[in-house]
Amino acid sequence: MALIDTINPLLTTGWAKGDAGWSLKDYEARGGYKQLRRVLESKMSQDDLIAEVKKSVLRGRGGAGFPTGLKWSFMPKAAPVKYVVCNTDEGEPGTFKDRDLMRFDPHSVIEGMIIAGYAVGAKAGYNYIHGEIFETYERFEEALDQARAAGYLGDNILGSGFSFDLFAHHGWGAYICGEETGLLESIEGKKGQPRFKPPFPANFGLYGKPTTINNTETFAAIPFILGMGGEAYLNLGKPNNGGTKLFSVSGHVNRPGNFEVPMGTPFSKLLEMAGGMRGGRKLKAVIPGGSSAPVLPGDVIMDCTMDYDSIAKAGSMLGSGAVIVMDETVCMVKALERLSYFYYEESCGQCTPCREGSGWLYRVVHRIEHGEGRPEDLDLLNRVTDNMMGKTICALADAAAFPVRSFIKHFQSEFEYHIENKKCLVDPEVQRMGSGFFKAGAA
Amino acid sequence: MVEIEIDGKTLQVEDGSTVIEAAHKLGTYIPHFCYHKKLSIAANCRMCLVQVEKAPKPMPACATIVTNGMKVFTHSDLAVKAQKAVMEFLLINHPLDCPICDQGGECQLQDLAVGYGESASKYEEEKRVVPDKDLGPLVSTDMTRCINCTRCIRFTAEIAGFMELGQSYRGERAEVMPFIGKTVDTELSGNIIDLCPVGALTSKPFRFAARTWELSRRKSVSPHDALGSNLIVQTKHDKVLRVLPLENDEINECWLSDKERFSYQGLSSSDRLTKPMVKQGGEWKEVDWNVALDYAAHALRDVAKTHGGAAIGGLLSPHSTVEELYLAQKLLRGLGSENVDFRLRQSDFSADGKRAGIPSLGMKIADISGLDRVLVVGSFLRKDHPLIAQRLRQSAKKGAQVSILHSANDDLLINLTARAIAAPSQLPALLAQVVKAVCALKGASADAALSALAVSAEAQAIAQSLASGSNTGVLLGNFAQQHPQAATLQALAGQLAKALGGKFGFLGEAANSVGGYAAKAVPGAGGLNAAAMIKDPRQAYVVLGAEPELDCADGAQALAALQKSAVTVVLTPFKSQAMLDYAAVLLPVAPFAETSGTFVNTEGRVQSFYAAAKSLGDARPAWKVLRVLGNLLALNGFEFNSSEDVRSEALGSQTEFVSGLDNGLSLGALNLSASAAGIERVTDVPIHFADALVRRAPALQRAADSAAPTARMNAAMLSRLGLAAGDLVKVGAGGTANASLVAQLDAGLPDGVVRVAAAHAATVALGPMSAVLSVEKA
Amino acid sequence: MNTPNTMLSPELSPESLKKIDREVAKYPADQKQSAVMAALVIAQDEKGWLPKETIAAVATYLGMAPMAAYEVASFYNMYDLHPVGKYKITVCTNLPCALSGGVHAADYVKQKLGIDFNETTPDGMVTLKEGECMGACGDAPVMLVNNKRMCSFMLPEQIDKLLAECK
Ligand SMILES: Cc1cc2nc3c(=O)[nH]c(=O)nc-3n(C[C@H](O)[C@H](O)[C@H](O)COP(=O)(O)O)c2cc1C
Ligand code: SF4
Ligand code: FES
Repeated sequence: MALIDTINPLLTTGWAKGDAGWSLKDYEARGGYKQLRRVLESKMSQDDLIAEVKKSVLRGRGGAGFPTGLKWSFMPKAAPVKYVVCNTDEGEPGTFKDRDLMRFDPHSVIEGMIIAGYAVGAKAGYNYIHGEIFETYERFEEALDQARAAGYLGDNILGSGFSFDLFAHHGWGAYICGEETGLLESIEGKKGQPRFKPPFPANFGLYGKPTTINNTETFAAIPFILGMGGEAYLNLGKPNNGGTKLFSVSGHVNRPGNFEVPMGTPFSKLLEMAGGMRGGRKLKAVIPGGSSAPVLPGDVIMDCTMDYDSIAKAGSMLGSGAVIVMDETVCMVKALERLSYFYYEESCGQCTPCREGSGWLYRVVHRIEHGEGRPEDLDLLNRVTDNMMGKTICALADAAAFPVRSFIKHFQSEFEYHIENKKCLVDPEVQRMGSGFFKAGAA
Repeated sequence: MVEIEIDGKTLQVEDGSTVIEAAHKLGTYIPHFCYHKKLSIAANCRMCLVQVEKAPKPMPACATIVTNGMKVFTHSDLAVKAQKAVMEFLLINHPLDCPICDQGGECQLQDLAVGYGESASKYEEEKRVVPDKDLGPLVSTDMTRCINCTRCIRFTAEIAGFMELGQSYRGERAEVMPFIGKTVDTELSGNIIDLCPVGALTSKPFRFAARTWELSRRKSVSPHDALGSNLIVQTKHDKVLRVLPLENDEINECWLSDKERFSYQGLSSSDRLTKPMVKQGGEWKEVDWNVALDYAAHALRDVAKTHGGAAIGGLLSPHSTVEELYLAQKLLRGLGSENVDFRLRQSDFSADGKRAGIPSLGMKIADISGLDRVLVVGSFLRKDHPLIAQRLRQSAKKGAQVSILHSANDDLLINLTARAIAAPSQLPALLAQVVKAVCALKGASADAALSALAVSAEAQAIAQSLASGSNTGVLLGNFAQQHPQAATLQALAGQLAKALGGKFGFLGEAANSVGGYAAKAVPGAGGLNAAAMIKDPRQAYVVLGAEPELDCADGAQALAALQKSAVTVVLTPFKSQAMLDYAAVLLPVAPFAETSGTFVNTEGRVQSFYAAAKSLGDARPAWKVLRVLGNLLALNGFEFNSSEDVRSEALGSQTEFVSGLDNGLSLGALNLSASAAGIERVTDVPIHFADALVRRAPALQRAADSAAPTARMNAAMLSRLGLAAGDLVKVGAGGTANASLVAQLDAGLPDGVVRVAAAHAATVALGPMSAVLSVEKA
Repeated sequence: MNTPNTMLSPELSPESLKKIDREVAKYPADQKQSAVMAALVIAQDEKGWLPKETIAAVATYLGMAPMAAYEVASFYNMYDLHPVGKYKITVCTNLPCALSGGVHAADYVKQKLGIDFNETTPDGMVTLKEGECMGACGDAPVMLVNNKRMCSFMLPEQIDKLLAECK
C-alpha cells in the first residue's frame, strides 16, 4: 500500500500508479530529470544552486532537521575526491516513507543525488539501502541501470562535461547504520560503529574524503525545489519549516500509511486523513517522530501542528516524521519494554554507557512489566538514562533514553500501578483485541 | 601552537594535539582505558570525559582536539559526574573478582574504581558471562572481565600488522575474540597482556604465580637480538617469574617481542647445569668448583704446552656479555691463542682486516623511524627483528617506502613498495643492479664491476623508490650477514648508501653483535675465525654459552670438530646430550638475569645491568669463572673485583656508546659471479630456536613460530621434483648427510631453492647454512 | 534434514564469484573490502548459511583479515552463522507492528509450527526469527522470508497461505 492521502502532492506525485509508475519513462513523463538538464545546460554555478536550496529552508528529513543547503556549503571546494551518500537505512521504528519513495519514485532520489553531486563537486555517490527491503534495493539497481543507459549517470552527463556515477549498497540488519558515520563505516565494509565527530563527514567522510550525507526524502525533494523555486517551496510550509513532509502513520489508526502534507498541518488533520482512531477508541499517546522521539500524551499532541518547531515546543521531536499512534488498549509499560528491547538489541557495543546502559534499562523495564518491579525502579531508570545521555559517540544512547524518560514522565501512575499491583493497568484481554489481529470473538 | 587552559593552568601545545596529550604534558591525569598513545583513537570507553567550556556535553579528552583558548576542566562537577557514571557502567557487568584475578593489584579498572566508583552498585540484574578463548600458549583469557576497550584489537591490527583479534556481535553481546578456531600467533602477541587494562588478557606462563606486590623488580636488557630491549625482570624468592618491557622510546618503545618476554622460562629448564662436572674415564661426575676449575686449567695448559696456544680455539656466543667475551678472549690470548670468535653463524670472513671499524647499524634505532626510503637486504625481518619490523610497519603507514631484497618473500605485514626475490647466489648481483640503477638515476658513476650488469625490473623499481627519497637507509639483515658473500653485500650496500647520500648498516643478529668486536672477541693476526677453527679442528676448545652444533654456520662440522678434540671446556648454563658427548669439563655459568654485565646493542649503545636473581644451584657468573681460570693459569691482568671493573677495562670510558663504529670496507674488486649448481638452501634461524635460552622456554616452544622445520619450496619446484605439499622428503647434503622433512609449499620462494631452517636438531646433519642440497621423495 | 552440509567446500561457485566481482566494481579499486557485506550475502545465498570457512574464503577473496569479515558477519542481524531451515521467517514484533498484531502474528506462527523463535521445525524446513523494524510498519504485521521477500498484512489467513508454501 502506498500513499493513503495527501494535501499537496509533490514528492508523491509519482506514487499514483503504485508499482506501475516507477520507471524512467514514467518519471520523464512527469517532468523528471528536467531540473538536472536545466542545471547542466545553464551551467548553473554551484553557489547559486546551494543558495536556492538554502532559500527553500529544506531541513534534513532523516531526523535531525539540519538545514540541507547549509550542510552542502560545508563541503571543501578544493578537495579532489568527494562523495554524496544517501541514507535509505530507514530503521527507526515507525518510519516507512523512504521505502515507498524508493519503490514508487526512485528516479527522484537519483536526480536529487546527481544534482547534489554537482552542487558539492562529487563525482560518485552511494545509496545505502536498508537490508530488510531487498526488493527495493533490486528495483533501485534497475533504476540506476535505466538512468545510466539514458546518459543521466556516468561520464560527461548529457554532454555537459559533468561526470557522476551512483551505486547502491545494501545493509543487512543493523539500525545503527542509519547513523551517518556508522553508515559510512558500513559502506567501507566494516561494522557499522559510528565515528567520533569532529571531524564531520564534510571533512572526513567516506574513505576519509569529504562527503555529504542526506536522507532519501531530502534528496527526493531537490528536483521539486528547483522546479518551483526555493521560495515557493518554503512557502508551502511555514517559516523555518519549508515544504511538504512525508509522515508515516502507524499503530491504532484505521488507515496506516504515508501522507504528504505541508509542514505545519495540524496533527488532528493528519489523524483524520489516517482514517481516525481504530474502532473509534480514545487516543492515549503518540510518538510523533519515530521511536526515539519522546512520547506525547494524546491531548498534548492534539494541539500541535506537524512541524519541527511545534513538536519541539511540546517536548518532543519531529524526527523522521514517523507518527506512532496508541489508543487506550495499550499498556505503556509493555510498549516501553518493546522499545527498550530494540535499543538494547541495536546498540553497536562500542561506547560503555550505551552498551551497558541499554541492557540495564531493558532489564529493569522488563522486570516491571513482568511484575517484579520495585518502588525505587523509576528513580533508577531516570538516573541510568541521565548517565547515558550525552556521553556517547552517537545519539543512540540518547535515543534509548528519551522513550524511557518520556514514558515515565507522562505515564508515571501507570508504571507505579504496575509495580504495586504486579500487573498491567490495561486489562490483557483489552490489549489483545487492540491489535486487530484477531477477529472479534475469535480465540 | 595553540594555548589552552586545563584546570586553570595554561600551556602551549602543538596544533592537532588532543586534550589528554595536553593534560599529560601538564602532569594532569585523566582517567582512561581505551586511549593508548601508540594506538589509534577509539574513544569508546568514555572514561576520559571532561568538561570543555561552551560545550554542552562532556567531551572525551582522548579524542577532542585542542583549539586556541580552550578551557578544560577535568575535575569539575560535570566531569566527575560523567566519569563516575561511566565507571558505574563499566562495573555492572564486571565480575569484580579481584581476589582471584591475576591482574589484581595492577589493574587500571581496580585502581580507578577506588577513585570513581560508588561503594555499592545499584545493578541487581544478572551479570553477563563471556566464554573464554584459546589464544595460544602465551596469553590466557578471562573474557567476562573484558571492558571492550579494543586496545588488544587495535594492537594486532596496527602494531603487529594483522587483525588477529576483533570484536564480534554487537551491543551488550559484543565479544573480543580471534577468528573461530584461531589463536594469536604474532611474534608480538604478549604485548596485548600489557595493554589490557583489566584482567581479561593475562600471561599464561605467569598465571597465578604471584601477586604483583610480592615481586621484586630489576631493570635488565634483553639477551636475544641486538636491539637491546629494556626489561623489567620480576622475581620472587630469587626465581624469575615475569619479564615486562621497560619503556624506552629510543629502543623498544613500550613493546617486547614474545621471545624477549617469555624466554625467562628457559631459566628454570631442567637442562640447567647446576654443578660443575668433569668427565673421568668416560664417566661424568659432579665435582666441586675447585676441582673442575683445576681440571680445566690443567687441561688447557697442557694442550698449550704440548701443541702450542694455536691448538686451542674459542667459540663464544654472541649472546654473552661484554665482560664475558672480554675475559674469554683475554684468557685465550693469555694461553697463546688468537683463535677467538663470537661470529658463529658467519661464513664469509673476507672483510676481516679490511674494515674501517666496528660494523653496526650505522644510525640510531630511533632514526629508522625517520627514514623515508628503506631497503632491507637479506632479512627474515619480522622474526629476526620483530620490533624493527614494527617500526618500519608504522613508517610505511605514514608514507615511507620500504622495499626488500631477499631470498624469501615472507609476509612482513608491511606495506612494501618493491621487492626483489632471488636465490641466495643471485643476491649480490641483484643488489649490484640496484646500485647500478640508483647511480644512473642519481647521475653518479658506478663501480666498474657493475658495467656488464643488466638491471632487472625489480631492481629498477627498488632503485626508483630509493632515489626518490631524501633520507634513505639500507639495512643488512641476518641472512645477509650469514651469506657466503656477506662482504660483497656489505660493500654494495655501502656504495648504494653513498650514491643515495643515505645511511646503511647491520641489523645485529645477537645481543652483543657489536659488543663482541668492542670486547675484542675476534681473531687477531694469524688467528682463526669461527669457521676456520671448526674446519681445521683444534686440540682443545673453550666454548662459552654456545651450543655450536646449533649456533654455528655449519653445525655438523662444529660437532665433528668438538668430538675430535682432546679437551673441550664448556662454560654453559645448560647441559645437552651433545655436550656430554664432546666436552671434558662443564662449568655451570649464570645465564642472563642471574649475572651482571653489559650488552652493546646494534646502534652501539652500551647497556649494563645487574643480576635480577641469584644463580641457580652452584652456577656462577661466567666473568667470575673466567677470572678464576685466569688466576689458576697465572695469567696477568685477571684481578677484577666486579663486573664493572671488567667493563672498565674492556670499554674504558665508552659508557654510553662505543666508539670506532664504521661500516666502511675496502674490499678491492667486487666478485659478483654466482656459482651454485643444484638446489640452493635458503636458511632461516627460527625465532624460537635462535639461542640456548629461548630453545628451552616451554611456552614459546608450543607457539606457532616453533613448528618443526620443513622443506619449503615453491609450486614449480614441488612439481618438478614430483612432490606434493605434505610429502615426506629426504633432503641431502654432500652425499652422506641427510634429513627427513615434510615438504611444504612456500609460494614466496624463488625457483631453484629449498628453504630449511637451521638451529634445530632435525637439520643439524645438513651442515652449512648455505649449501647445495638434494631433495627427493622419501 | 535439509540443513546444508558443513563439509561443503568453503570455495564459492564461479557464479557467486562473478556476482561478487560485480559488487567489487562499485567501489574504488583500493576499497575491495566495501563489497564484504554483499559478498557475504551472496555466499549465504549459495551455502544456505555462513560456515566459518566460507567467511574466511570471502575475506581472502577480498584481501581482508578473516576476523574483519567475521566482525561484519556477526554484527549484522541477517547473516546466519548457524544452519537455518530452507525457509527463514522473520517476524517484526517492534512496537509499531505490535500495535497492529506483530506479536500476535508471531505467536500464531509459533503455534502452527510448534517452534519458538530461533528454532527450526524438526523437518528442517522452517526457522523462525524475531525481527526488528523492517521499515514497513504501515503494512503490519510484516514478515520477511529468507531475508529478501517482504510479506505484508500477515493476518491469520495470509500466514496460513505462507506456511502452506513453505514445503
Ligand atoms: C541512531 C540513529 C539512527 C539514525 N537513523 C537514520 C535513518 O534511518 N535514516 C536517516 O536518514 N537518518 C538517520 N539518522 C540521522 C543521520 O545520522 C543523519 O543525520 C541523516 O541521515 C542526515 O540526513 P538529513 O540531513 O537529510 O536528515 C539516524 C541517527 C541516529 C543517531
Ligand atoms: S580483552 Fe582487554 S584489551 Fe582487549 S578489549 Fe577487552 S579489556 Fe580491552
Ligand atoms: S580513553 Fe577516551 S574514550 Fe576511552
